[in-house]
Amino acid sequence: MSKTTDAVPEIGSIEPNQHGYRSFTLGAFRFDRDEYFTHVAWPKGHHMLPVDAFLRALQRDIAWGFFYGIVNFDAVIGTMNHYGSVDLFAGRFNDHYRRAGLDHSERFTTPLIQRVFEAMLDDWTNAGFDPFASPQETGSAFGPKHGSNKEAITRHRVTAKRMIAAPGDEPLRTDDNGFPVNRHFHDVPQDKPDVRAEPGFEDEVVAFNLFAYLSRSDVTWNPSIVSVCKASLYCPTTEEYILPVIHGNDRVEWFVQLSDEIQWEVEDRDTGAVRARVTMKAGDVAAMPADIRHRGFSPKRSMLLVWENASPELPALYASGKMPPTPVQF
Amino acid sequence: MAQHYTTRFGSLERYDKGGVEVVNDDARNYVFSNLFEVASRAKPYEKVAVGKNIDYVIEAIRAEGISGWRAPAHDEFALVMDGEVEIRLLKLDNPGLVSPGTKGSVALAGTPAGRKMGVVRARRGHMTLLPVGAAYQFDAPRPGVILLQTMAGADTVERWGDICQTTPRRNAR
Repeated sequence: MSKTTDAVPEIGSIEPNQHGYRSFTLGAFRFDRDEYFTHVAWPKGHHMLPVDAFLRALQRDIAWGFFYGIVNFDAVIGTMNHYGSVDLFAGRFNDHYRRAGLDHSERFTTPLIQRVFEAMLDDWTNAGFDPFASPQETGSAFGPKHGSNKEAITRHRVTAKRMIAAPGDEPLRTDDNGFPVNRHFHDVPQDKPDVRAEPGFEDEVVAFNLFAYLSRSDVTWNPSIVSVCKASLYCPTTEEYILPVIHGNDRVEWFVQLSDEIQWEVEDRDTGAVRARVTMKAGDVAAMPADIRHRGFSPKRSMLLVWENASPELPALYASGKMPPTPVQF
Repeated sequence: MAQHYTTRFGSLERYDKGGVEVVNDDARNYVFSNLFEVASRAKPYEKVAVGKNIDYVIEAIRAEGISGWRAPAHDEFALVMDGEVEIRLLKLDNPGLVSPGTKGSVALAGTPAGRKMGVVRARRGHMTLLPVGAAYQFDAPRPGVILLQTMAGADTVERWGDICQTTPRRNAR
Protein backbone atom coordinates (compact mmCIF):
# COMPACT_ATOMS: atom_id res chain seq x y z
CA MET A 1 0.00 0.00 0.00
CA SER A 2 1.36 3.38 -0.93
CA LYS A 3 1.15 6.24 1.53
CA THR A 4 -2.03 8.30 1.59
CA THR A 5 -2.12 11.01 -1.03
CA ASP A 6 -3.85 14.21 -0.05
CA ALA A 7 -3.02 16.79 -2.68
CA VAL A 8 -3.00 17.15 -6.45
CA PRO A 9 -2.24 20.37 -8.30
CA GLU A 10 -5.17 20.18 -10.71
CA ILE A 11 -8.51 18.38 -10.83
CA GLY A 12 -9.01 17.18 -14.35
CA SER A 13 -7.61 18.31 -17.65
CA ILE A 14 -8.31 21.87 -18.62
CA GLU A 15 -9.00 21.12 -22.27
CA PRO A 16 -11.83 18.70 -23.08
CA ASN A 17 -11.20 15.77 -25.41
CA GLN A 18 -12.76 15.34 -28.86
CA HIS A 19 -16.05 14.25 -27.27
CA GLY A 20 -16.17 17.29 -25.02
CA TYR A 21 -15.19 15.61 -21.75
CA ARG A 22 -12.34 16.39 -19.42
CA SER A 23 -9.97 13.67 -18.21
CA PHE A 24 -9.08 13.10 -14.56
CA THR A 25 -6.20 11.61 -12.64
CA LEU A 26 -5.97 10.30 -9.09
CA GLY A 27 -2.44 9.17 -8.23
CA ALA A 28 -1.47 6.70 -10.95
CA PHE A 29 -5.09 6.22 -12.05
CA ARG A 30 -6.40 8.00 -15.11
CA PHE A 31 -10.07 8.35 -16.08
CA ASP A 32 -11.31 9.28 -19.57
CA ARG A 33 -14.72 9.05 -21.17
CA ASP A 34 -15.94 8.93 -24.72
CA GLU A 35 -19.48 8.72 -26.05
CA TYR A 36 -20.20 5.28 -24.58
CA PHE A 37 -17.49 4.25 -22.17
CA THR A 38 -15.40 5.20 -19.18
CA HIS A 39 -11.76 4.21 -19.64
CA VAL A 40 -9.70 3.58 -16.50
CA ALA A 41 -5.94 3.11 -16.71
CA TRP A 42 -3.38 2.27 -14.03
CA PRO A 43 0.30 1.30 -14.27
CA LYS A 44 -0.37 -2.40 -14.86
CA GLY A 45 -3.57 -2.36 -16.85
CA HIS A 46 -6.64 -0.66 -18.20
CA HIS A 47 -10.37 -1.25 -18.18
CA MET A 48 -13.61 -0.07 -19.82
CA LEU A 49 -17.05 0.37 -18.22
CA PRO A 50 -20.29 1.51 -19.87
CA VAL A 51 -20.49 5.16 -18.91
CA ASP A 52 -24.10 5.00 -17.68
CA ALA A 53 -23.22 2.21 -15.25
CA PHE A 54 -20.07 4.04 -14.20
CA LEU A 55 -21.92 7.27 -13.45
CA ARG A 56 -24.62 5.43 -11.47
CA ALA A 57 -21.93 3.81 -9.33
CA LEU A 58 -19.94 7.02 -9.01
CA GLN A 59 -23.05 8.92 -7.93
CA ARG A 60 -23.76 6.51 -5.10
CA ASP A 61 -20.16 6.28 -3.95
CA ILE A 62 -20.10 10.07 -3.60
CA ALA A 63 -23.55 10.40 -2.05
CA TRP A 64 -22.88 7.69 0.51
CA GLY A 65 -19.52 9.09 1.57
CA PHE A 66 -17.96 5.84 0.25
CA PHE A 67 -20.43 3.83 2.34
CA TYR A 68 -19.62 0.93 4.66
CA GLY A 69 -16.76 -1.13 3.28
CA ILE A 70 -16.26 -1.71 -0.43
CA VAL A 71 -18.10 -0.16 -3.36
CA ASN A 72 -17.29 -2.24 -6.41
CA PHE A 73 -18.23 -0.38 -9.60
CA ASP A 74 -17.92 -3.72 -11.38
CA ALA A 75 -15.70 -6.81 -11.03
CA VAL A 76 -12.52 -4.70 -11.44
CA ILE A 77 -12.83 -1.07 -10.30
CA GLY A 78 -13.96 0.21 -6.92
CA THR A 79 -13.29 1.93 -3.62
CA MET A 80 -12.72 0.74 -0.06
CA ASN A 81 -13.61 3.05 2.80
CA HIS A 82 -11.22 3.48 5.72
CA TYR A 83 -13.33 6.28 7.23
CA GLY A 84 -10.99 9.21 6.71
CA SER A 85 -9.18 7.79 3.74
CA VAL A 86 -10.30 5.72 0.78
CA ASP A 87 -8.58 3.11 -1.39
CA LEU A 88 -9.17 3.38 -5.12
CA PHE A 89 -8.45 -0.02 -6.62
CA ALA A 90 -8.34 -2.00 -9.84
CA GLY A 91 -8.50 -5.78 -9.62
CA ARG A 92 -7.96 -5.76 -5.84
CA PHE A 93 -11.03 -7.92 -5.22
CA ASN A 94 -10.78 -9.96 -8.40
CA ASP A 95 -9.11 -13.32 -7.94
CA HIS A 96 -7.75 -13.43 -11.51
CA TYR A 97 -6.23 -9.97 -11.46
CA ARG A 98 -4.67 -10.74 -8.09
CA ARG A 99 -3.14 -14.01 -9.27
CA ALA A 100 -1.80 -12.33 -12.40
CA GLY A 101 -0.34 -9.49 -10.36
CA LEU A 102 -2.29 -6.91 -12.35
CA ASP A 103 -4.14 -5.37 -9.45
CA HIS A 104 -3.41 -1.88 -8.20
CA SER A 105 -4.56 0.12 -5.21
CA GLU A 106 -3.85 3.62 -3.93
CA ARG A 107 -5.07 5.37 -0.80
CA PHE A 108 -6.31 8.95 -0.82
CA THR A 109 -7.68 11.23 1.84
CA THR A 110 -11.45 11.26 1.70
CA PRO A 111 -11.72 14.98 0.81
CA LEU A 112 -9.35 14.54 -2.13
CA ILE A 113 -11.01 11.55 -3.77
CA GLN A 114 -14.41 13.06 -3.03
CA ARG A 115 -13.40 16.28 -4.80
CA VAL A 116 -12.11 14.50 -7.89
CA PHE A 117 -15.08 12.14 -8.08
CA GLU A 118 -17.50 15.05 -7.75
CA ALA A 119 -15.73 16.95 -10.52
CA MET A 120 -15.81 13.88 -12.76
CA LEU A 121 -19.51 13.24 -12.09
CA ASP A 122 -20.31 16.87 -12.78
CA ASP A 123 -18.37 17.03 -16.04
CA TRP A 124 -19.49 13.66 -17.39
CA THR A 125 -23.21 13.82 -16.55
CA ASN A 126 -25.11 15.21 -19.50
CA ALA A 127 -28.35 17.17 -19.42
CA GLY A 128 -31.29 14.79 -19.03
CA PHE A 129 -29.34 11.95 -17.44
CA ASP A 130 -30.07 11.30 -13.76
CA PRO A 131 -27.73 8.69 -12.26
CA PHE A 132 -30.06 8.14 -9.28
CA ALA A 133 -33.16 7.46 -11.38
CA SER A 134 -34.32 4.12 -12.70
CA PRO A 135 -33.52 3.53 -16.39
CA GLN A 136 -37.15 4.22 -17.39
CA GLU A 137 -37.15 7.54 -15.59
CA THR A 138 -34.08 9.15 -17.08
CA GLY A 139 -32.62 10.21 -20.38
CA SER A 140 -29.45 8.86 -21.92
CA ALA A 141 -25.93 9.15 -20.52
CA PHE A 142 -24.41 8.57 -23.95
CA GLY A 143 -23.15 10.78 -26.74
CA PRO A 144 -20.89 13.81 -26.96
CA LYS A 145 -21.05 16.23 -24.07
CA HIS A 146 -24.27 18.20 -23.94
CA GLY A 147 -25.07 20.29 -20.90
CA SER A 148 -25.08 19.14 -17.30
CA ASN A 149 -27.49 18.03 -14.57
CA LYS A 150 -26.17 19.53 -11.36
CA GLU A 151 -29.58 19.47 -9.69
CA ALA A 152 -29.83 15.69 -10.06
CA ILE A 153 -26.33 14.92 -8.84
CA THR A 154 -26.36 17.18 -5.77
CA ARG A 155 -29.55 16.01 -4.09
CA HIS A 156 -29.92 16.32 -0.35
CA ARG A 157 -29.21 13.02 1.37
CA VAL A 158 -31.76 12.19 4.03
CA THR A 159 -30.13 11.49 7.40
CA ALA A 160 -32.66 11.71 10.21
CA LYS A 161 -31.20 12.42 13.63
CA ARG A 162 -34.06 10.78 15.52
CA MET A 163 -36.95 10.01 13.17
CA ILE A 164 -38.47 11.47 10.04
CA ALA A 165 -41.15 14.03 10.97
CA ALA A 166 -39.85 14.45 14.52
CA PRO A 167 -39.54 18.12 15.50
CA GLY A 168 -36.49 19.70 13.90
CA ASP A 169 -35.72 16.55 11.93
CA GLU A 170 -36.04 15.57 8.26
CA PRO A 171 -39.41 16.54 6.77
CA LEU A 172 -42.05 14.36 5.17
CA ARG A 173 -42.24 14.11 1.38
CA THR A 174 -45.27 15.70 -0.24
CA ASP A 175 -46.49 16.85 -3.64
CA ASP A 176 -45.87 20.39 -2.49
CA ASN A 177 -42.19 19.90 -1.69
CA GLY A 178 -41.50 18.11 -4.96
CA PHE A 179 -42.03 14.45 -4.16
CA PRO A 180 -45.03 13.02 -6.03
CA VAL A 181 -45.93 9.36 -5.63
CA ASN A 182 -43.79 7.22 -7.93
CA ARG A 183 -45.48 5.58 -10.93
CA HIS A 184 -44.94 2.10 -9.40
CA PHE A 185 -46.53 3.03 -6.07
CA HIS A 186 -49.82 4.67 -6.97
CA ASP A 187 -51.63 1.94 -5.02
CA VAL A 188 -49.72 2.60 -1.78
CA PRO A 189 -52.08 4.15 0.82
CA GLN A 190 -51.16 7.72 1.71
CA ASP A 191 -53.08 7.81 4.97
CA LYS A 192 -51.54 9.31 8.08
CA PRO A 193 -51.42 7.76 11.53
CA ASP A 194 -53.92 9.27 13.97
CA VAL A 195 -51.79 11.19 16.44
CA ARG A 196 -53.43 12.69 19.51
CA ALA A 197 -50.85 14.35 21.73
CA GLU A 198 -51.74 15.80 25.10
CA PRO A 199 -50.76 19.45 25.60
CA GLY A 200 -47.04 19.71 26.23
CA PHE A 201 -46.19 16.40 24.59
CA GLU A 202 -46.56 17.39 20.94
CA ASP A 203 -42.82 16.96 20.35
CA GLU A 204 -42.69 13.42 21.73
CA VAL A 205 -45.87 11.86 20.38
CA VAL A 206 -44.76 11.47 16.78
CA ALA A 207 -45.59 9.06 14.00
CA PHE A 208 -45.54 9.04 10.21
CA ASN A 209 -46.39 6.77 7.29
CA LEU A 210 -43.07 5.23 6.26
CA PHE A 211 -44.54 3.36 3.29
CA ALA A 212 -46.10 6.55 1.92
CA TYR A 213 -42.79 8.32 2.50
CA LEU A 214 -40.96 5.65 0.50
CA SER A 215 -43.56 5.67 -2.24
CA ARG A 216 -42.51 9.28 -2.90
CA SER A 217 -38.79 8.62 -3.18
CA ASP A 218 -37.40 10.01 -6.43
CA VAL A 219 -34.24 7.91 -6.36
CA THR A 220 -33.34 4.24 -6.46
CA TRP A 221 -30.78 2.20 -4.53
CA ASN A 222 -30.03 5.04 -2.10
CA PRO A 223 -30.39 4.07 1.57
CA SER A 224 -31.42 7.04 3.70
CA ILE A 225 -31.64 7.17 7.48
CA VAL A 226 -35.20 7.43 8.82
CA SER A 227 -34.84 6.35 12.46
CA VAL A 228 -31.94 6.13 14.91
CA CYS A 229 -31.64 3.89 17.98
CA LYS A 230 -28.12 4.74 19.15
CA ALA A 231 -25.90 3.14 16.42
CA SER A 232 -28.80 1.16 14.93
CA LEU A 233 -29.88 2.90 11.75
CA TYR A 234 -32.95 2.14 9.68
CA CYS A 235 -31.96 3.04 6.11
CA PRO A 236 -34.88 2.17 3.82
CA THR A 237 -34.66 2.70 0.10
CA THR A 238 -36.66 2.06 -3.03
CA GLU A 239 -35.17 -0.31 -5.57
CA GLU A 240 -35.77 -0.77 -9.27
CA TYR A 241 -33.67 -2.54 -11.90
CA ILE A 242 -30.12 -3.39 -10.70
CA LEU A 243 -28.07 -2.11 -7.77
CA PRO A 244 -25.47 -0.03 -9.63
CA VAL A 245 -22.63 -1.21 -7.38
CA ILE A 246 -21.58 -4.53 -5.91
CA HIS A 247 -21.41 -3.79 -2.21
CA GLY A 248 -18.64 -5.53 -0.31
CA ASN A 249 -19.37 -5.65 3.42
CA ASP A 250 -17.00 -4.67 6.21
CA ARG A 251 -19.68 -5.54 8.77
CA VAL A 252 -22.93 -7.45 8.89
CA GLU A 253 -25.90 -5.64 7.43
CA TRP A 254 -29.51 -6.75 7.37
CA PHE A 255 -32.29 -6.51 4.84
CA VAL A 256 -36.03 -6.49 5.50
CA GLN A 257 -38.08 -6.67 2.33
CA LEU A 258 -40.99 -4.30 2.92
CA SER A 259 -42.71 -4.79 -0.42
CA ASP A 260 -42.43 -6.75 -3.64
CA GLU A 261 -39.30 -8.77 -4.45
CA ILE A 262 -35.55 -8.47 -4.82
CA GLN A 263 -33.09 -11.18 -5.76
CA TRP A 264 -29.55 -10.91 -4.46
CA GLU A 265 -26.45 -12.40 -6.01
CA VAL A 266 -24.00 -13.08 -3.21
CA GLU A 267 -20.30 -13.59 -3.82
CA ASP A 268 -17.18 -13.97 -1.74
CA ARG A 269 -16.07 -10.43 -0.92
CA ASP A 270 -12.38 -10.97 -1.72
CA THR A 271 -12.47 -13.29 -4.75
CA GLY A 272 -15.87 -12.84 -6.36
CA ALA A 273 -16.65 -16.58 -6.17
CA VAL A 274 -20.41 -17.15 -6.14
CA ARG A 275 -21.78 -18.22 -2.74
CA ALA A 276 -25.57 -17.97 -2.91
CA ARG A 277 -28.67 -16.40 -4.39
CA VAL A 278 -31.13 -14.91 -1.93
CA THR A 279 -34.70 -14.23 -3.00
CA MET A 280 -36.55 -11.84 -0.74
CA LYS A 281 -40.30 -11.24 -0.75
CA ALA A 282 -42.39 -8.93 1.41
CA GLY A 283 -41.74 -9.74 5.06
CA ASP A 284 -38.55 -11.68 4.46
CA VAL A 285 -35.57 -10.85 6.65
CA ALA A 286 -31.97 -11.79 5.84
CA ALA A 287 -28.45 -10.95 6.96
CA MET A 288 -25.61 -10.16 4.62
CA PRO A 289 -22.48 -11.55 6.34
CA ALA A 290 -19.37 -9.41 6.84
CA ASP A 291 -17.30 -11.39 4.33
CA ILE A 292 -19.50 -11.22 1.23
CA ARG A 293 -20.42 -8.83 -1.54
CA HIS A 294 -23.87 -8.55 -3.00
CA ARG A 295 -25.84 -7.08 -5.87
CA GLY A 296 -29.62 -6.81 -6.00
CA PHE A 297 -32.10 -7.14 -8.87
CA SER A 298 -35.59 -5.65 -8.47
CA PRO A 299 -37.97 -6.26 -11.41
CA LYS A 300 -40.57 -3.84 -10.00
CA ARG A 301 -39.83 -0.83 -7.81
CA SER A 302 -39.78 -2.24 -4.30
CA MET A 303 -39.28 -1.05 -0.74
CA LEU A 304 -36.26 -2.40 1.08
CA LEU A 305 -35.30 -1.69 4.68
CA VAL A 306 -31.52 -1.72 4.99
CA TRP A 307 -30.58 -2.02 8.66
CA GLU A 308 -27.08 -0.94 9.63
CA ASN A 309 -24.99 -0.91 12.79
CA ALA A 310 -22.88 2.23 12.47
CA SER A 311 -20.60 1.48 15.43
CA PRO A 312 -17.18 2.74 14.29
CA GLU A 313 -15.20 -0.10 15.86
CA LEU A 314 -16.86 -2.81 13.78
CA PRO A 315 -14.60 -2.90 10.68
CA ALA A 316 -11.52 -3.59 12.80
CA LEU A 317 -13.30 -6.24 14.85
CA TYR A 318 -14.41 -8.13 11.75
CA ALA A 319 -11.11 -7.66 9.92
CA SER A 320 -9.15 -9.00 12.89
CA GLY A 321 -11.36 -12.06 13.20
CA LYS A 322 -12.48 -11.08 16.71
CA MET A 323 -16.02 -11.00 15.43
CA PRO A 324 -17.45 -13.87 13.33
CA PRO A 325 -18.68 -12.77 9.89
CA THR A 326 -22.20 -14.01 10.58
CA PRO A 327 -24.44 -12.26 13.12
CA VAL A 328 -25.76 -15.28 15.00
CA GLN A 329 -24.66 -18.87 15.29
CA PHE A 330 -27.23 -21.60 15.62
CA MET B 1 -51.05 2.84 -22.60
CA ALA B 2 -50.20 3.52 -18.98
CA GLN B 3 -48.90 0.47 -17.19
CA HIS B 4 -50.66 -0.50 -13.95
CA TYR B 5 -48.49 -1.75 -11.12
CA THR B 6 -49.50 -3.68 -8.02
CA THR B 7 -47.42 -3.27 -4.90
CA ARG B 8 -47.22 -6.45 -2.88
CA PHE B 9 -47.06 -6.19 0.89
CA GLY B 10 -47.27 -9.14 3.25
CA SER B 11 -49.70 -9.85 6.08
CA LEU B 12 -50.41 -12.51 8.65
CA GLU B 13 -53.09 -13.89 6.36
CA ARG B 14 -51.10 -13.75 3.17
CA TYR B 15 -47.39 -13.75 2.63
CA ASP B 16 -45.04 -15.35 0.15
CA LYS B 17 -41.62 -16.41 1.23
CA GLY B 18 -38.38 -16.38 -0.71
CA GLY B 19 -35.26 -18.05 0.54
CA VAL B 20 -31.60 -18.87 0.10
CA GLU B 21 -30.31 -20.99 -2.76
CA VAL B 22 -26.84 -22.07 -1.77
CA VAL B 23 -24.07 -22.40 -4.35
CA ASN B 24 -21.13 -22.71 -1.97
CA ASP B 25 -22.18 -21.64 1.49
CA ASP B 26 -24.32 -22.48 4.51
CA ALA B 27 -27.87 -21.14 4.37
CA ARG B 28 -27.70 -20.41 8.10
CA ASN B 29 -25.20 -17.62 7.39
CA TYR B 30 -28.08 -15.55 6.00
CA VAL B 31 -30.33 -16.02 9.08
CA PHE B 32 -33.27 -16.00 6.69
CA SER B 33 -36.80 -15.79 8.07
CA ASN B 34 -40.13 -14.15 7.33
CA LEU B 35 -41.52 -11.80 9.95
CA PHE B 36 -45.14 -12.65 9.17
CA GLU B 37 -44.44 -16.34 9.54
CA VAL B 38 -42.64 -15.67 12.82
CA ALA B 39 -45.51 -13.55 14.13
CA SER B 40 -48.10 -16.09 13.00
CA ARG B 41 -46.49 -18.65 15.31
CA ALA B 42 -45.77 -16.33 18.23
CA LYS B 43 -47.69 -15.58 21.39
CA PRO B 44 -49.23 -12.11 21.66
CA TYR B 45 -46.54 -9.52 22.32
CA GLU B 46 -43.73 -12.06 22.38
CA LYS B 47 -40.61 -10.18 21.31
CA VAL B 48 -39.03 -12.52 18.77
CA ALA B 49 -35.75 -11.33 17.28
CA VAL B 50 -35.67 -11.66 13.49
CA GLY B 51 -32.46 -9.65 13.15
CA LYS B 52 -29.51 -9.15 15.46
CA ASN B 53 -26.48 -6.96 15.04
CA ILE B 54 -24.37 -7.37 18.19
CA ASP B 55 -26.31 -5.33 20.79
CA TYR B 56 -29.14 -4.34 18.48
CA VAL B 57 -32.17 -6.31 17.39
CA ILE B 58 -35.27 -6.00 15.30
CA GLU B 59 -38.17 -7.88 16.80
CA ALA B 60 -41.26 -9.28 15.15
CA ILE B 61 -44.13 -8.82 17.58
CA ARG B 62 -47.58 -10.30 17.20
CA ALA B 63 -49.96 -7.55 18.28
CA GLU B 64 -53.15 -9.05 19.63
CA GLY B 65 -55.26 -7.67 22.46
CA ILE B 66 -53.82 -5.34 25.09
CA SER B 67 -50.15 -5.60 25.99
CA GLY B 68 -48.54 -4.92 29.32
CA TRP B 69 -46.83 -1.58 29.83
CA ARG B 70 -43.16 -1.39 28.89
CA ALA B 71 -40.55 1.32 29.26
CA PRO B 72 -37.52 1.57 26.99
CA ALA B 73 -34.05 2.63 28.11
CA HIS B 74 -33.60 4.52 24.83
CA ASP B 75 -35.75 5.50 21.89
CA GLU B 76 -37.45 2.58 20.16
CA PHE B 77 -39.42 2.62 16.92
CA ALA B 78 -42.54 0.59 16.19
CA LEU B 79 -43.36 -0.04 12.54
CA VAL B 80 -46.77 -1.61 11.98
CA MET B 81 -46.43 -4.22 9.24
CA ASP B 82 -50.00 -5.54 9.41
CA GLY B 83 -53.23 -4.61 11.16
CA GLU B 84 -54.05 -1.60 13.31
CA VAL B 85 -52.47 -0.89 16.66
CA GLU B 86 -53.26 1.78 19.22
CA ILE B 87 -50.13 2.92 21.01
CA ARG B 88 -50.59 4.67 24.37
CA LEU B 89 -47.77 6.75 25.76
CA LEU B 90 -47.29 7.82 29.35
CA LYS B 91 -44.55 10.01 30.86
CA LEU B 92 -43.17 8.12 33.83
CA ASP B 93 -43.31 9.87 37.20
CA ASN B 94 -40.37 7.71 38.19
CA PRO B 95 -37.87 7.33 35.33
CA GLY B 96 -35.81 5.22 37.71
CA LEU B 97 -38.09 2.29 36.88
CA VAL B 98 -35.62 1.74 34.05
CA SER B 99 -32.14 1.25 35.48
CA PRO B 100 -29.25 3.11 33.85
CA GLY B 101 -27.50 0.90 31.33
CA THR B 102 -30.58 -1.14 30.56
CA LYS B 103 -30.81 -2.36 26.97
CA GLY B 104 -34.13 -2.67 25.24
CA SER B 105 -37.18 -2.20 27.41
CA VAL B 106 -38.45 -3.47 30.72
CA ALA B 107 -41.89 -4.79 31.59
CA LEU B 108 -43.76 -2.74 34.17
CA ALA B 109 -46.23 -4.11 36.68
CA GLY B 110 -49.75 -2.81 36.16
CA THR B 111 -50.22 0.73 34.95
CA PRO B 112 -47.28 2.89 35.96
CA ALA B 113 -47.75 6.29 37.56
CA GLY B 114 -47.33 9.10 35.11
CA ARG B 115 -48.94 11.68 32.88
CA LYS B 116 -50.75 10.70 29.72
CA MET B 117 -48.71 11.85 26.73
CA GLY B 118 -51.07 10.83 24.00
CA VAL B 119 -52.22 8.08 21.70
CA VAL B 120 -51.23 7.01 18.20
CA ARG B 121 -53.46 4.83 16.07
CA ALA B 122 -51.11 3.24 13.55
CA ARG B 123 -51.84 1.08 10.55
CA ARG B 124 -49.66 -0.74 8.00
CA GLY B 125 -46.56 1.24 7.17
CA HIS B 126 -46.89 3.69 10.05
CA MET B 127 -43.83 4.21 12.24
CA THR B 128 -44.18 5.53 15.80
CA LEU B 129 -41.51 6.88 18.11
CA LEU B 130 -41.48 5.19 21.53
CA PRO B 131 -39.45 7.82 23.35
CA VAL B 132 -37.02 7.26 26.19
CA GLY B 133 -38.52 8.36 29.50
CA ALA B 134 -41.98 7.17 28.53
CA ALA B 135 -43.91 3.96 28.95
CA TYR B 136 -46.01 2.44 26.19
CA GLN B 137 -48.83 0.00 25.76
CA PHE B 138 -50.13 -1.60 22.57
CA ASP B 139 -53.77 -2.43 21.88
CA ALA B 140 -54.77 -4.38 18.78
CA PRO B 141 -58.40 -5.53 18.46
CA ARG B 142 -57.38 -7.95 15.71
CA PRO B 143 -54.02 -9.75 15.19
CA GLY B 144 -51.37 -7.57 13.62
CA VAL B 145 -47.60 -7.36 13.38
CA ILE B 146 -45.15 -4.78 14.74
CA LEU B 147 -41.50 -4.62 13.70
CA LEU B 148 -39.61 -3.06 16.61
CA GLN B 149 -36.22 -1.35 16.29
CA THR B 150 -34.50 -1.68 19.66
CA MET B 151 -31.63 -3.27 21.59
CA ALA B 152 -31.58 -6.85 22.78
CA GLY B 153 -33.16 -6.87 26.21
CA ALA B 154 -34.09 -9.33 28.89
CA ASP B 155 -37.38 -10.21 27.19
CA THR B 156 -36.00 -10.56 23.66
CA VAL B 157 -36.64 -14.10 22.44
CA GLU B 158 -34.01 -15.72 20.23
CA ARG B 159 -34.98 -18.99 18.56
CA TRP B 160 -33.05 -18.82 15.33
CA GLY B 161 -33.08 -22.56 14.72
CA ASP B 162 -36.87 -22.53 14.71
CA ILE B 163 -37.47 -19.50 12.51
CA CYS B 164 -34.60 -19.59 9.99
CA GLN B 165 -33.86 -21.57 6.85
CA THR B 166 -31.28 -24.25 7.56
CA THR B 167 -31.37 -26.24 4.31
CA PRO B 168 -29.40 -25.36 1.15
CA ARG B 169 -32.56 -24.99 -0.93
CA ARG B 170 -35.51 -22.83 -0.10
CA ASN B 171 -38.90 -24.37 0.45
CA ALA B 172 -41.28 -22.22 -1.52
CA ARG B 173 -44.38 -21.46 0.47
